[in-house]
Amino acid sequence: MSGDRLRVRFSKHGKIRFTSHRDVARIWERSLRRAQIPVAYTEGFSPRPKLSFGLALSTGYESRGEYLDVALREGDELIEPDEIARRVAPGLPIGLDVQVVARLEAGADSLQQTVTSCTWHLEIGDVGPDAVAAAIEAALAADALPLTRDRKGQTVTDDVRPAILTARVVEPANDGGSAVGTTVEAELATQPRALRPAELVGAIAPPEPAWTLVRVTRINQWTRAGGARREVIPLPPAATRAPHAEARAS
Amino acid sequence: MTSVWTQLEPHLAGVEKPARYIGLELGAQRPTHGPHAVSWLLTYPDTYEIGLPNQGLQILYEILNERDDAVAERAYSPWTDLEAVMRRERIPLFSVDTHRPGAEFDVLAFNLSAELTYTNLLNAVDLAGVPVRSGERRPEHPLVAAGGHCTYNPEPLADFLDFVVLGDGEEVVSDITVVLREWKASRCSEGSREAVLRQLSHIEGVYVPSMYDVDYDGPSIREVRPRYPDVPERVEKRTIADLGQWPYPRNQLVPLTEVVHDRLNVEVFRGCTRGCRFCQAGMITRPVRERPADQVRTMVRDGLRRTGYDEVALTSLSTADFSGIETTVRDIVDDPTSCGQVSVSLPSLRVDAFTVGIAGQIQKARRTGLTFAPEAGTWRMRQIINKLIREEDLYSAVDSAFSSGWRRVKLYFLTGLPSETDEDTLGIVELARNCVEIGRTHTKGVSVKASVGGFVPKPFTPFQWFGQNTVAELGRKIGLLRDAAKRTKALQLTWHDPRATLAEGLASRGDRRLGPVIESVWRQGGTFQEWSEHFDLTLWHKAMADAGLDIDWYVHRHRTENEVLPWDHISAGLHKDFLWQDWQDALAEVGLPDCRWTPCYDCGACTGYGIEHVVASATAPAGGSQGTAQDLSTGHIVPVTLRPRGYAEAHP
Repeated sequence: MSGDRLRVRFSKHGKIRFTSHRDVARIWERSLRRAQIPVAYTEGFSPRPKLSFGLALSTGYESRGEYLDVALREGDELIEPDEIARRVAPGLPIGLDVQVVARLEAGADSLQQTVTSCTWHLEIGDVGPDAVAAAIEAALAADALPLTRDRKGQTVTDDVRPAILTARVVEPANDGGSAVGTTVEAELATQPRALRPAELVGAIAPPEPAWTLVRVTRINQWTRAGGARREVIPLPPAATRAPHAEARAS
Repeated sequence: MTSVWTQLEPHLAGVEKPARYIGLELGAQRPTHGPHAVSWLLTYPDTYEIGLPNQGLQILYEILNERDDAVAERAYSPWTDLEAVMRRERIPLFSVDTHRPGAEFDVLAFNLSAELTYTNLLNAVDLAGVPVRSGERRPEHPLVAAGGHCTYNPEPLADFLDFVVLGDGEEVVSDITVVLREWKASRCSEGSREAVLRQLSHIEGVYVPSMYDVDYDGPSIREVRPRYPDVPERVEKRTIADLGQWPYPRNQLVPLTEVVHDRLNVEVFRGCTRGCRFCQAGMITRPVRERPADQVRTMVRDGLRRTGYDEVALTSLSTADFSGIETTVRDIVDDPTSCGQVSVSLPSLRVDAFTVGIAGQIQKARRTGLTFAPEAGTWRMRQIINKLIREEDLYSAVDSAFSSGWRRVKLYFLTGLPSETDEDTLGIVELARNCVEIGRTHTKGVSVKASVGGFVPKPFTPFQWFGQNTVAELGRKIGLLRDAAKRTKALQLTWHDPRATLAEGLASRGDRRLGPVIESVWRQGGTFQEWSEHFDLTLWHKAMADAGLDIDWYVHRHRTENEVLPWDHISAGLHKDFLWQDWQDALAEVGLPDCRWTPCYDCGACTGYGIEHVVASATAPAGGSQGTAQDLSTGHIVPVTLRPRGYAEAHP
């Protein structure tokens, strides 16, 4: 087989959440090379490995589901996705863990095209659940939620209400983190333009008291096919164990 | 386990590049501390991006952690935003490996590669919660130590350092550990500190400033005298005889975030005998000790496989001089076991037609820019600095580069060299402009960058007696160059701030009386002086005035032959009369050949220590080299130097 494309799902937890999107890209490049995975390179003046990442995760945020597409070199022997996961895993830094690897069908959409929404956990410090729930309720009931943002140097005001698909206060996740405030679970659209967790807070939080985002975790990235919503790659049952608790303990 | 991580973590989202503070690099260690093991905090007094790649610290990190009686972790200066948080929240200096507080180590050991980091050293000691002055430290405090090239004149830091290591660190860290092991057991008893320092002063290569008294005669030094009969009058540097016995780092750290020199580094030899008179590194690291070529190949192959890097630098002070460099490079590039594309960079490579050829072989893909370092604009000036490059050689190298597809050439120069005339200074622009003309015969998109640094005389070089140019004089010379370069659009001129050159010169050749000056600059907030946005010469001026010291006397004055220099009680092996003779030869415009391939002129670096060059080839490399039977009066067949991308960040 030649020219395969693979989609990797991985998590990012603990200290390593302070690496940037670019850092993670570089870590993957090196980890794949270390595992001797025959990655395809771009042609031309300055060849780069053909890796593509989905929606950037902000520095400092954690994730239970990040994605990466890897193009394999043509003319090499077939490598099973599981084999790739097994070879790469030991060389990844603590806190980055491969959850599952799948082969992509020819012509599959890019990650940017595929993902339509993400579910987030937002841990808000020093504000009680009732106050947060009230603010959410008011926001969801509003006809429009104008938010002013900078976009490519210009100030633009959008209605972000349609991008908030769901939002509710939930029990803090028991994953080794130290919950000090109120946890909100929200599903936010990524198309036509992604609404970020910090922007959600900007749109719905009352002026006083200020909401501080203590911890943000991307829980799922969703795609829609034929009206149904599903994860880009669902976790196999064995992968539901949380390796991030160990990363936190490090 | 002691860790500040939980205190630190909530603040990291609010600072720039927080990945600098998390550790977790490939190759990072999490050593187990205990009463049996002397603990070292190896600290680079600048940012993580600059400090992490430092090979010296990485070598010692591994050697110490391999010992049963030592553990080592790493620390770097926090950037100003995090420092403000740390001071506000009372978070001390911490190791990135286990986030252990600095004061819980036995030794805070600093690498000193640049004078303008001195105030950062004080800041790091203070952040650790340790008194900055060694005289105020109590038995419970760590010992504060330093090594690295700047420690050949440790005197400006004498008030702050408990001990100083001179020369190669590979062996001496173990000697020190053995002494400190005993001390650790009885550490908290009164007088133990002074006792252990005195013991350390008996180790060759270890200098304990507090064991010496300095007598002054007006502004001059009369004598530096050990306080006890068992303390050596002169402290010799340490030199490892055989680099092949030290294949380190074995597990080079691979950072999670961007740093300078972000690639595998394999040191192919240590030392240089080209004899460039401005170059302190070439003087203090003699003799040349090559690593066996087989070991280089093994370290490259294993290192690439282990790290996942796609670039390896073969490091040394002049890599084209490595015996069999062509074969070594070809073997690396052609190695079928390397996964994917490997590029090789050759820092400090001579560039003659031969070396441009090598560069062409290894940079097939990314052929963007080449860097040459002629250092001076005229042949007369290059004779004085003993960097004997003929104009024709530079031009043929540049021609070869442009005809092989490179479009950008960078040239490094120094200004303010001994006996430099305006004609010599303007020669810089003339050389650069001729390189533009050569480039135009090959490509329309030619770009030549000339980077000009102000010359700072360094201890243990023939120029140590030379009075550095003033800020005004350097500024005038840069003005001349700017005017001259204006007319050529394809020539871009960049220069180093002459004010920073002044502060560097002050620390470079200062004596113990500069201690209060450095402390004052630090207390007034003068950290990160290597960084132009933080550098502030007014702090230095004020501190000098407050201390009643004269900048002219320290920086701009020519020294005399019989003057006691502040570092005369330190030895880099070089005879002082050899350096003086070389200084006289320089002024007479007489060159000196490379003793690797020509008879010994007894500089002292080998004979004094019973060691010698370790060079696989008894003949000079192909392509012609400085000092190899060439006629020095005409500069026949001479080299140029090439430096890679990234050189500028590391040598600001």
